[in-house]
Amino acid sequence: MTTVTTDDDHAPVLSSWRTSHRADLSAHLAHHGAPPLPAPGDRVRSDRFAHALEASGLTGRGGAAFPSAAKLRLLRSVGGAGTVVVNGMESEPASLKDRVLLTCVPHLVLDGAELTAVALGASRVVMCVAADHTDEARAVAHAVAERAGGPLAPVPVDVVSVPGGYVAGEESALAAAAGGRPGVPSFRPDKTVPLSVGRRPAIVHNAETLAHVALIARRGPDWFRSTGVPDAPGTCLVTVSGGVEHRGVYEIAMGTTLRHLVDDCRPTGAVTAVLVGGFGGAWVPATSLDTPFTPRALLEVGAIVGPGIVVVLTDETCGITETARIANYLAGESAGQCGPCVFGLPAIAADLWRLAGGGAGADTRAALERRFQVVVGRGACRHPDGAVRMAASALSVFAADAAAHAAGRPCAHWRRPSVLGPAVQQPWAGHGDFPGGRHRPHEQEVIGRWTSGSG
Amino acid sequence: MDIRIRVNPIACDAYGYCAELLPELVTLDEWGYPVTNDGLVPAHLVELARQAARDCPRRAFLVKSAERTAGGSRR
Amino acid sequence: MSSSALWYATRATGLVALVLLTTTTVLGIATASRTGGRWWPRFAQQDLHRRVSMIAMVFLAGHVLTSILDTYVHIGWAALVVPFASSYKRTWVALGTIGLDLLLAVAVTSLLRHRMNARLWRALHWLAYLSWPVALSHTFGMGTDMRLQWVTGLAIACILAVVTAAIWRAGRTVLRRRRVLALAAVRTRARGVPVKHLEVGGAAR
Repeated sequence: MTTVTTDDDHAPVLSSWRTSHRADLSAHLAHHGAPPLPAPGDRVRSDRFAHALEASGLTGRGGAAFPSAAKLRLLRSVGGAGTVVVNGMESEPASLKDRVLLTCVPHLVLDGAELTAVALGASRVVMCVAADHTDEARAVAHAVAERAGGPLAPVPVDVVSVPGGYVAGEESALAAAAGGRPGVPSFRPDKTVPLSVGRRPAIVHNAETLAHVALIARRGPDWFRSTGVPDAPGTCLVTVSGGVEHRGVYEIAMGTTLRHLVDDCRPTGAVTAVLVGGFGGAWVPATSLDTPFTPRALLEVGAIVGPGIVVVLTDETCGITETARIANYLAGESAGQCGPCVFGLPAIAADLWRLAGGGAGADTRAALERRFQVVVGRGACRHPDGAVRMAASALSVFAADAAAHAAGRPCAHWRRPSVLGPAVQQPWAGHGDFPGGRHRPHEQEVIGRWTSGSG
Repeated sequence: MDIRIRVNPIACDAYGYCAELLPELVTLDEWGYPVTNDGLVPAHLVELARQAARDCPRRAFLVKSAERTAGGSRR
Repeated sequence: MSSSALWYATRATGLVALVLLTTTTVLGIATASRTGGRWWPRFAQQDLHRRVSMIAMVFLAGHVLTSILDTYVHIGWAALVVPFASSYKRTWVALGTIGLDLLLAVAVTSLLRHRMNARLWRALHWLAYLSWPVALSHTFGMGTDMRLQWVTGLAIACILAVVTAAIWRAGRTVLRRRRVLALAAVRTRARGVPVKHLEVGGAAR
């Protein structure tokens, strides 16, 4: 099971859309049947649901890959939750999958949310969509209206438009926003204390995770485990972009190799590296493309699954420059709460720009290494950690390139437009002098029309 | 029982009292913010650690033991 | 106690309280501007600030009590906390009352600091900044010893001390650092428009 597949059983999440190209309730029910919603207070069936989730081995698809059953168990141990928060924010610019879900299969996501809400005795579901994703918000609001008041919506759903931004999709930030407070991450020294919305505990799940939950509840944990690999079962939605012809969202079995995925998307040139896991992920060199797409295997090459993001870099693009652009973007997306992040990330981005432009010295490299050590783990959230992971992986994967740049011989490509999309075309977000003057890429590049399946 | 120090990075405003009181455990980065590493406190420094927690102007310096938390702000 | 002894006590404790309050203010400004180094530890400076403020309160208590107990002029117990309740030099005593009220608020909240909301405490502590010019005006306005050169000199020295400290603070890195942090936070919170609830068709509720 290591191929990009197209039929229903192997791409179950997007299957109803592929079959009928309809996202409405009747099409959803015709394809999947009704979700097995227990009556509120039915402990036996709720327990069965929790056991199924446990047995399935599902991990969160929002980026942290936390076991979903463990999250549920934590909340059941404190007596349930008041709110189920659905993370449909898609704060990673290189990701499209959550928007695809909300537009093409919203009912699957809502099924998962309702199942979780009933199992936890929650009184409401809050579906969070980024404020600038108006089409998706409309689509999911329509889906909610289709179910409202009926047997498929025992727990009322509120669709809520939350101001966007990279850290706005972070769990604690989203819980804060859902509770009417500023959407910035909070300090959580003890992760065994659940998040709260209002005064009651809350569970936050990524939209895709809930889609998988909805399928596991119907078809059982053994079915879920029949795809993928033992330590990473099931399928996963991946957004592929960058130097490939067929950019888009694909549903792959976990364990598919990066090479398989990248080759199927037809790279436009020789692949030098792949950014895996998003802007806070890591670069994986072309020599490691046989790595299977699982948390453990990716960890061995220093990367993460993240929210299923793969950006392909070919030999026509400068990896150092793209890294500097991402670092600049991430620096500008800091919530501005923690010193090491607010000061550290722009300093790192500035040094990377200096490196990209060929104006760096030996001390720039040393400064970068020092700051990597100092910034990691010292923010309230994992934002600076991701930035450092991405930047450090670049210096290792593009080592030869970095050495040439540092010696004053930048490659020919460093002035080329970015393949990363409009998000990184931001003005300089650092503080102090911008080394080498402002460099703005010329094109506004869209990440690509989204599509499901291959082609 | 492990006693550990921990800094709340959101509350911290780089006053630096903790680094003055506990130079063995806390150093300051180039921007004045505390670096605590694993934060394990040897027995002879526990009282100083508690003082640092009381003195921190932003209540950002936390001393945690197995059963209770000293310092920090009450919500 | 004879009236004249009380009167001297009032004036003496008042001047000492003013000097101590000025010292407290300068130390408070220095604390906020992160002065300090190897030979002037910041935690000790903050401790000094607290202790000097406590001594100042003691002298202030003495000043207030002797002024009320002195029956030569009638000030009355109400004037302790109610401004304009004194018939003697109404306005200037009122300033003293206001200063005392402010300092009492600061003192009480500081004693209860660890039991109250941190942001509220900081907001109230800013009242301390207000109490100093109030105390200073009270000193000038009451005027009893202002004809003495050394007393005027003392008052001017107090003014210079606080003004210098304030200017010193304005030049410190701490402002630049806080400005960077504040700008970054503003950028995020600028996105903090209220969360909108959506119905079908996208109409905001």
